[in-house]
Amino acid sequence: MSRRTVEPVQVVKQRRDAALRALAEGVPYIRFMGIVFDRRGDELTAVLPFRDENIGNPFLPAIHGGVTAAFLEVTAIVTLSYQWLWEDVENGVIDPEEMIDGNLPRLPKTIDFTVDYLRSGLPRDAYARARVTRSGRRYASVQVEAWQDNRDRPIAHATAHFLMPRSDK
Amino acid sequence: MDEAKVKIARQFIEAIPHSRALGMKVEEIGDGFARITMPYDERLIGDPKTGVIHGGAVSALMDTCGGACVMSHPEAPGGTATIDLRIDYMRGATPGQTIVAEARCTHITRNVAFVRATAMDDDRENPVATATGAFTVERKS
Repeated sequence: MSRRTVEPVQVVKQRRDAALRALAEGVPYIRFMGIVFDRRGDELTAVLPFRDENIGNPFLPAIHGGVTAAFLEVTAIVTLSYQWLWEDVENGVIDPEEMIDGNLPRLPKTIDFTVDYLRSGLPRDAYARARVTRSGRRYASVQVEAWQDNRDRPIAHATAHFLMPRSDK
Repeated sequence: MDEAKVKIARQFIEAIPHSRALGMKVEEIGDGFARITMPYDERLIGDPKTGVIHGGAVSALMDTCGGACVMSHPEAPGGTATIDLRIDYMRGATPGQTIVAEARCTHITRNVAFVRATAMDDDRENPVATATGAFTVERKS
């Protein structure tokens, strides 16, 4: 009986990080916002480093509500796409190195996006995590939350629906 | 809305760092209505295969336009902050075209302003996105 050989950990990490990098860095708007992703296994944390251009109210000062919304939306799409691609990346159906060369798979399309602003965003880094509550063949529901200094005091959360790409990836 | 107030509102909105970063211009503002444009910019692309602008940038435009229309309402004494905003994306904006958002304050109370907004590209008959939101009414301190 043959067993699959165990892959060296760096090979696994390289493959997973390459897929994530392709998804995040391949999109101009994500680079424009300076959003980066931390990965622990399949869990992603998005990081939005603070910049002066992100200010929406210079008097407080506070982060622009549109920046917060965009950050949540980027986190939701990347997390959903990463989860959707995970198996194909793991099974070698998709080569992440090819993705980096601009050969990105089709991305989910936002159907609607509802954001609740809970606290004003302070002029410092923000973090976000998304949870895919349902991922069907055609539609997906995602919840996403952003916080700054204190994980228990979120600045905003959102619920979003997405149209999934057709599966002829 | 008198001309001085319009000028102040326009300057205020166009001076917001993030609005400047996205190239937003206030075309019209006053009496609970605002129209703001955002030019096409390759840095804002969300789908590299099609060149369509990222939904996040459209959200930022809708949020700014919503806040602007609240500030321009005769019964709103000062600033505003978004309580919630729901955006429906009907279609991708055509690459290369400026996106125009129009927001109207449909009702205002002492504490809350209700807003409806639409985002369009050159095809004004088929909106790119619509939004509904609630905004705070900040009392002057």
